[in-house]
Amino acid sequence: MFRLEVRTSTPAWFNLALPLLAIGATLVLCSGLITLAGAGVLEAYGVMLSASFGDSYAITETLVRAAPMIFTGLAVAVAFRAKFWNIGAEGQLLAGAVASCFVGAIPMPGALAILLMALAGAAAGAAVALVPATLRVKFKVDDVVSSLLLNSVIYYALMALIEGPWKDSFSGYPISPPIEDSANFPVLLEGTRLHLGVVAALVAAPLIWFLIVRTTLGFRIRVTGESPEAARYGGIHVERVLISTALLSGALAGLAGVGEVGGVHFQVMSDISPGYGYSGIVVAMLARLNPLGVVPAAIFLAAVMTGAEAMSRATGVPAFLSDVIQGTALLAMLVALLFTAYRIRRVGAAQ
Amino acid sequence: MSAVFEQIFQVGFLAAIIRIATPLAFATLGEMFSERAGVLNLGIEGIMLLSAMAGFTAASLSGSLWLGVLAAVLTGMLMGALHALFTVALGLSQHVCGIGVTLFSSGLAYFLYRLIFGQQSVPPSIKGFATLPIPLLSDIPVLGPAVFNQFALVYMAIIAIPLAAFVLYRTPWGLSVRMVGENPRAADSAGVSVIATRFQAVILGGALMGLAGAFLTMAQFNAFTFGVVSGRGWVAIALVVFGRWDPWRSAGAALLFAFVDALQLRMQASGLGHIPYEAFLMLPFIFTIVAMAVMSRNAVAPSALLKPFRREER
Repeated sequence: MFRLEVRTSTPAWFNLALPLLAIGATLVLCSGLITLAGAGVLEAYGVMLSASFGDSYAITETLVRAAPMIFTGLAVAVAFRAKFWNIGAEGQLLAGAVASCFVGAIPMPGALAILLMALAGAAAGAAVALVPATLRVKFKVDDVVSSLLLNSVIYYALMALIEGPWKDSFSGYPISPPIEDSANFPVLLEGTRLHLGVVAALVAAPLIWFLIVRTTLGFRIRVTGESPEAARYGGIHVERVLISTALLSGALAGLAGVGEVGGVHFQVMSDISPGYGYSGIVVAMLARLNPLGVVPAAIFLAAVMTGAEAMSRATGVPAFLSDVIQGTALLAMLVALLFTAYRIRRVGAAQ
Repeated sequence: MSAVFEQIFQVGFLAAIIRIATPLAFATLGEMFSERAGVLNLGIEGIMLLSAMAGFTAASLSGSLWLGVLAAVLTGMLMGALHALFTVALGLSQHVCGIGVTLFSSGLAYFLYRLIFGQQSVPPSIKGFATLPIPLLSDIPVLGPAVFNQFALVYMAIIAIPLAAFVLYRTPWGLSVRMVGENPRAADSAGVSVIATRFQAVILGGALMGLAGAFLTMAQFNAFTFGVVSGRGWVAIALVVFGRWDPWRSAGAALLFAFVDALQLRMQASGLGHIPYEAFLMLPFIFTIVAMAVMSRNAVAPSALLKPFRREER
């Protein structure tokens, strides 16, 4: 006989074991689709692996892809730590992209342009995240729905810009004018697309980890998330913490957009984000909301995305497999998290 | 002004409103049932897409549109059951699961569509539903041709609204749904199975979302494209809130949205508007967010929304 018991504490190795379990289960489940498509499972995954990590260029491409998801993953992780349910990283990213594109189009020295783009993008993202947080604090409006709906508002605002005042009058394409060449983020490795924003993302993760684990604000965020009553009892101004969390979370998501404009696309178009904001939720959950875990989780998703395209060319399996893997990984991780809440214990059968 | 009035009372314009409103009405009613039972289903966007794909594929391969509708409904129910499994049976967080279901379903829809139909420069299409004029009623001036010369699925949506209200407010099952959404503890004490009722409501919701998807690929566009749903699921989430979790008001909200959308399309086509059409598309979302702030004082949302139920926790 087996029995489910409520678990009171979880061992530390769970932080690594659960995501690996979820990813393993995901790859096994999705191998069914590869077989359905008439390809060899090991061959398909092999191509994915070599296309995303096989040589130094592939690794840089994977890192470039991972950068926005590190930022959105951090944004979601920070927010969820305080139980501020920010589903709006997608819209905050788009707002950051638009704001940085505005700033980047103004002629000025490169270093200044990059700094101001980052500030503008972070501010725009934070401003968007402030809306659901304020509505929750002032009017008790559910932040899940309000932050989700704001994504659509921001998306249509972006569309209005690129199909209106920003529209390329020469070609008629709905894309913004490019930013100044001097505002393009410097490439760090000749012959690759590895740009400054990638390093910024890799540096941001330990910084946010430090903030969450070692600073007073981080402590307040954690206590507010774990028990708002205890936080209030301990003299923490919960509403203020929620607002700070939202600003931080939105700023991080906004920076994801800045990196895409400054380092990858150099302009804004309707598909500047293939859902990086939603991927941030997958990343944060795989990382168990740990900012340091966000980096490998984002790199995993990025590898799946870059790998899937090569896999599709080599084996004919549709590249959309990467979207299925993403969704499956999130659901598998949620199920795996049950192991943190419960344990299965063997109970003596003979009675 | 009179020009605008003429536009509004054209048969074609009224018919367009009804057609835009139909998938939204199905989706909104579906989401409403789920939420009334206490389960937010953010999987709606993906469930509609996967159902639209499944319906289109079944219709295209079998040649029978009604088999396509059946496939779409079954797909919706299956995905609803999946969401219920995670959120109701396992008690996992509803918003994260919903995003997971949407990512998974849309990914699967894209994948299977590409696998079955390959990459084609012109997406394959089917001969969708033809309009089905209702004798006598379709002869009523203006209203007749607009409302009573429509697809069968449109009539189903029109019937679904009072039916949903009847089921929710006048049947024992509807009472159970409202109880488990408002006070699951009390429902449990009264002998109502919270888990079973929530499962049923989310699956019924999935079936309605499936009908919404079926309408898109088999009546409105007669083809499947990756952008066929393009945010209609999120619109439905907004309309449920805007319609205060009530079938009549939610359907009314869908009609109002459809009116604004149709107006926007007309203005775009006639080159009349100086306002970017995106401003209209934003409206339902902005209105809903404002409405949530205004309504928050009289708490109309189901009390147990987003809260998993575990019997042993007291």
